[in-house]
Amino acid sequence: MGAAALDGDRRCAVRRRDVLRLAGAGLVLAACGVEGRGERVGGDEFWAGKTRNGRLRWANWPGYMQDDRATIKAFEGDSGIDVTYREIIQEMGPWFGKIQAPLAAEQSIGFDLMVMTNGIHLERCRRLGYLAPLDHGRLKNFAAHAGAEFKDPSYDPGNEFTVPYQAGITGIAYNTRYVDEEITSISQLFDPRYKGRVGMMSDTQELGNFGMFLLGIDPEKSTRADWERAAGKLRAQRDSGIVRKYYEQNYVDAVSKGDVWLTMAWSGDVYSLTSPDVRFVVPEEGGTIWTDNLCVPVTAENPVDALALMDWLYVPEHNAPLTEFVNYITPVPDVRDIVARHAARATGEERADLTRLSESPLVFPSESDMARLRHYRRFSQEEAAVYQKIFQAVVRGA
Amino acid sequence: MGRGRFAPYLMVLPAGLWLLAFFLIPLSFMISLSLQTGNLIDGFQQTLHWRNYTEGLNTYGETFARSLWYGFLATVACIVLGYPAAYWIAFRAGHRQSTYLLLILLPYFVSFVLRTVAWRQVLSDHGPLLGPLRDHGLVPEGFRVLDTGFAVVSGLAYNFLPFMVLPIYVALRRIDPRTVEAARDLYAGRAQAFGRVVLPLSLPGVFAGAILTFVPASADFVTAEVLGGPGDTMIGNVIRAEYFESGAYPVASALSFTLTAILLVAIFGYARTLGTRNVLEAAR
Amino acid sequence: MTRPLTGPRVRRRVDALHVYTLLLIGWLLLPIAVMVLFGFNDVQGKQNVRWEGFTLKWYAHLFDRSDLTRALVTSLAIALASTAVTTVLGTCAGLALARHRFRGRRAADLLLFMAIACPELVMGASLLSMFVTIGVPRGPLTILAAHVMFSIAFVTVTVRARAIGLDPAVGEAARDLGAGPWTRFRLVTLPMIRPGVAAGALLAFVLSVDDFVVTSFTGGATVTFPLWVYGSTRTGTPPQVNVMGTLIFAAGALIAIGSARRTFRRAGRPDDRGDT
Repeated sequence: MGAAALDGDRRCAVRRRDVLRLAGAGLVLAACGVEGRGERVGGDEFWAGKTRNGRLRWANWPGYMQDDRATIKAFEGDSGIDVTYREIIQEMGPWFGKIQAPLAAEQSIGFDLMVMTNGIHLERCRRLGYLAPLDHGRLKNFAAHAGAEFKDPSYDPGNEFTVPYQAGITGIAYNTRYVDEEITSISQLFDPRYKGRVGMMSDTQELGNFGMFLLGIDPEKSTRADWERAAGKLRAQRDSGIVRKYYEQNYVDAVSKGDVWLTMAWSGDVYSLTSPDVRFVVPEEGGTIWTDNLCVPVTAENPVDALALMDWLYVPEHNAPLTEFVNYITPVPDVRDIVARHAARATGEERADLTRLSESPLVFPSESDMARLRHYRRFSQEEAAVYQKIFQAVVRGA
Repeated sequence: MGRGRFAPYLMVLPAGLWLLAFFLIPLSFMISLSLQTGNLIDGFQQTLHWRNYTEGLNTYGETFARSLWYGFLATVACIVLGYPAAYWIAFRAGHRQSTYLLLILLPYFVSFVLRTVAWRQVLSDHGPLLGPLRDHGLVPEGFRVLDTGFAVVSGLAYNFLPFMVLPIYVALRRIDPRTVEAARDLYAGRAQAFGRVVLPLSLPGVFAGAILTFVPASADFVTAEVLGGPGDTMIGNVIRAEYFESGAYPVASALSFTLTAILLVAIFGYARTLGTRNVLEAAR
Repeated sequence: MTRPLTGPRVRRRVDALHVYTLLLIGWLLLPIAVMVLFGFNDVQGKQNVRWEGFTLKWYAHLFDRSDLTRALVTSLAIALASTAVTTVLGTCAGLALARHRFRGRRAADLLLFMAIACPELVMGASLLSMFVTIGVPRGPLTILAAHVMFSIAFVTVTVRARAIGLDPAVGEAARDLGAGPWTRFRLVTLPMIRPGVAAGALLAFVLSVDDFVVTSFTGGATVTFPLWVYGSTRTGTPPQVNVMGTLIFAAGALIAIGSARRTFRRAGRPDDRGDT
């Protein structure tokens, strides 16, 4: 073996001069700042001269489309548009981080359509002018079939930039093998007897909302003082060892295995769990409803094709198979009857599954359920920064 | 010999330029960014403010300390776990030495992420290790390994063990067996021969291993994220989140540079006192 | 013939350190075993966490997840490109450092040392800082640049170690016989340093395929295999990931065993001082 490999320079003393010279050259290059971007594009201006190109590149979350891509194939058959579908969005923060640089530089992000949750990052995209204003003249099915509660949402008045793809409820999931009482309240997530058995979400909006619910505060009307009080409660919960971990979506695995016994959870995840032990509840203090939205980046190369898909998805017959797979709340209420019809036609296990789906309050919540649900708060840029700082500190153990 | 004189420079140049462009210069961009202020929407301006540093340290001082502490514990664990195996392989494995080294390296053909995720499964409360123990009442009800600091330190030790075993092995192989024989001939016991001869001669390997383990372990974030609980956040997790979730590039850069500075002290301290040779050799 | 460090008396009884080493290897292989096992799990839902029976169907449906397949292909393509570039650059630098003494060698050494010792997080964060500042869109090319960057030092060091033991007289003899520099390199130097180059190339490939940290900072919207796996832990990692992990592991193991055997056969013995 080459033991003598570096004989002769056994001691490599630090040559400050060399390092400094290199670093100095770099510093000159690095002196410039990072540019922001603030202007918006008008609707007519954007759509003028845009035509259908027969191509569409769509970025979505994993698990949001049948494994065999049946819905996409149906759309391709109906429209003649060739769809490239990628499940590459895994979290809103990192996704925003990925698209921010090209969008700021007015470059394509490689996608014409993407799915973003209503929240801080969607709001940022709106304000930064990263989204194309939708041409509702081409969204007739949306106008005809979208449920009332999915039109004109507070986070995007007039659906100027987005239409819903799927929605979900944030509530509590618990494993009945380990929890022998009924879980009805958020305060049970703070019960010391579940020390080390409680899962909370790492998403600052979800986490903060639950902290505020505990204090009886409506997140949509909350103030900075409320956030600080809620963060105090959450910090106490963490420091007394009740919280086992702040989860992204992997709480599903943890609660079904019994690593956590009760946890904040999203409705569709729990619905699609095969484990019969895990139950989902909307806590009496309130749960939140959130919406994942279809939107078009302003630099999209095929925006007209993107609109075509958006509109196509709002035809109930097109939307039903998707809902039957995804198990979240569809923005097209008529889907329920179609699922029920499918169930009537099916046999055996499939029939039972579809019947359960069409009757599930998690997928088709009643109006009274909906009334108990709260919405995410909208933030100004300054508020978002303050809010994030307060709750990120909780998640990051500081 | 004009051509001959420049040949080595020409041969080193492409690699050197690449490292310059994508290693050294980016570091200076990081420093520059760490002194800027602003936000994503309005952009960032160079203001030469130190505030990002003071604020970062105030909020995450404890996290820094925890990262270094976990890195240190993982390094100690690697020495304790790795030294005996390296010793056995170097001196007693005979012709199977390369086989055993290969066996130790084999797990690392599996992606770092996959391995760590697999540990989640192994360490789960009702998993293959703890499940049977729990069913027989051999561990208290509240006992767990997953999502604790212990799991993070073990995960770090697991992931960086080869960086400890290889340099120790190389150092041990370099020891001339005759020196040990001489010690034995002078009536040194086995323990004495080890403590007075083998151990001191193998220390360069231990130090090289320590730097190769401590530095990446303290800066790791995957292990803490996958195996740790809410009290085990390491500075890597914070830096990643500041870049990607908050888009607070200046703060993130300030934290990264602080980490770099701390680790550079360790690295340069090491290079000054012990030279770069052992590390460069172990890297092969 | 050297005497073994321990006497024959010790050898006969159970060697505690041997048992310990085997236990350690067992510990190292434990998560791998779990990964391999769950590639055969007959999962019904989205969660591959509980054993639900043996099946081979994930091997048959290995490429059903087009995104996963694409991520794997992206990883392999980037790794091949990175290996090619790194091997050329690293071999040149390694040869120069082994053969020539010139000003700046110590600086070069220091740079190599820093590139090896620098944590990936710092590399990734600083590259991201640079790309953000000058507005470079991140994608496969930025990943490639980063992968070459962190592999160069390893290849350089490996090749240099091999080249430093060479007898310069062979090259001089070739020159005396009228061989030009390129012919000398191709026919004389390259065959002699080939094991070093091969080892360096293998290392570069493995470093690139496995990289998560730097790629997550420099990748933009590009998803490589480790990134996909990491992301899939949110919703449930499909068994195909375990199968791909298993196959990559098997391929790596075979290559490693193969090359170890070849060295063994060529050398006639495992290493220079095995006490056989």
